[in-house]
Amino acid sequence: MGQLETKKLCYDVGQTKIIKDINFSVDKADIVTITGPSGSGKSTFAKLLASLLTPTSGAVYFEGKNIKEYDSVSYRRQVSYAVQQPTLFGDTVRENLEFPYMICKKSFDEQHAIKALQTVDLGAGDLDRQVTSLSGGEKQRIALLRNVMFVPKVLILDEVTTGLDNASKDSVHKMIDYFNTKHQVTVIMITHDDEEIKLAKHLYDITDGEMKEVRGDA
Amino acid sequence: MHNLIVSNTALALTGVFVLFALWIGYKQDLGIAKSLIVATIRCVVQLFIVGYVLKYVFKIDNWLLTICLILIIIFNGAYNAKGRSNGLKDSFKISLTAIVTSTIVILLVLVLDGSVKFIPSQIIPLTGMIVSNSMVAMGLCFRTMSSMFKDRRSQVMEMLALGATPMMASKNIIRDSIKTGLQPTIDTAKTVGLVALPGMMSGMIFAGADPVLAIKYQIMVTFMLLGITSISSIIGCYMGYKSFFNRYAQLIK
Repeated sequence: MGQLETKKLCYDVGQTKIIKDINFSVDKADIVTITGPSGSGKSTFAKLLASLLTPTSGAVYFEGKNIKEYDSVSYRRQVSYAVQQPTLFGDTVRENLEFPYMICKKSFDEQHAIKALQTVDLGAGDLDRQVTSLSGGEKQRIALLRNVMFVPKVLILDEVTTGLDNASKDSVHKMIDYFNTKHQVTVIMITHDDEEIKLAKHLYDITDGEMKEVRGDA
Repeated sequence: MHNLIVSNTALALTGVFVLFALWIGYKQDLGIAKSLIVATIRCVVQLFIVGYVLKYVFKIDNWLLTICLILIIIFNGAYNAKGRSNGLKDSFKISLTAIVTSTIVILLVLVLDGSVKFIPSQIIPLTGMIVSNSMVAMGLCFRTMSSMFKDRRSQVMEMLALGATPMMASKNIIRDSIKTGLQPTIDTAKTVGLVALPGMMSGMIFAGADPVLAIKYQIMVTFMLLGITSISSIIGCYMGYKSFFNRYAQLIK
């Protein structure tokens, strides 16, 4: 049994079937890439995994238990979801990195935040920068750091490298590798990027709500 | 009261202003004729009914009847606030809780400190003021919350995805909605007496009361309104935000 699994997962909006009977499994510390055309249901699938949507039928299992049995908030702290065009909160980078501490009711660890910034090629000097002065790539990296300030068990990345320049993409890839190898974080990466698709060891395709394994162990 | 002489003929003649509004609506093609006529008829009928009912209730001076009338005003206020809620789930329950709480708190303070007496002629108009202001504040809060949850949907969802509780993810929306609910009362308090003489004060002066006594009552009413809108907005928003989430802490609207 995988760390995160879906069984006969379906999601409908009215009469339209967005996700059709998806059986999916990812093991601990694995990196899985999901691709597919726009509007095929990839983000909906990611949101179902992240417990941001409730399946119409079927279920998502995390560490052997239906995610309905978990408290949604504590589940999302273990299975963290990052979006393509994130909204940065407040005015400064600091406020964004403080957010995970605030919701966990813990005091902000500045040294830890600086170390985290360094994993995405930023540094202490960026902590008090205004979010309005950040480039698109920097915004995405700061947003991603919010997901890993407290290391989750699973990281779901929904097209987080779309529209980024090569340097920002490299930083994001470096960060993913770091958390995957050092902290055994399972990564589910949704992407359109040709390079990422080419390099993916485990690749799935979602087209018209149906998932197919393109490349994998099997 | 000797200053107040409004004959039926004089009252009917003021109807010319309604005709003027109708004419403007027709000339400008505003399409308001029907609602203007309905509003005028409702205003006249409602006020006449209320006038005669109040005359009877004041004359009887019975505490049970007074409480019944207070309850009618409260239920009516909650029902109207529900109508302004843009379909917010449980809006009647929320409005009722907010209106009942603000009415009880304000009336208790005013009666206990001796500012007003528990007699129908004082309690009923005051309850009307409390409920109508509470209703307006909640209507504003509900509408603001609905539009903010729509506009900031992705931000709220991102916060949830990071492991925030619905309360934490809604914190800014709740704060901004409370501010919106309070704003008209704060703005009115800033300009009271400078731009307009408020209804109660004008009414007392019309009725021949000493203007200094009238301003004292107006100050009391202004403070009371700030209290009402604060209580109602806080209760309305803190209860209302929950309607935007399901039991799995997912954003549903």
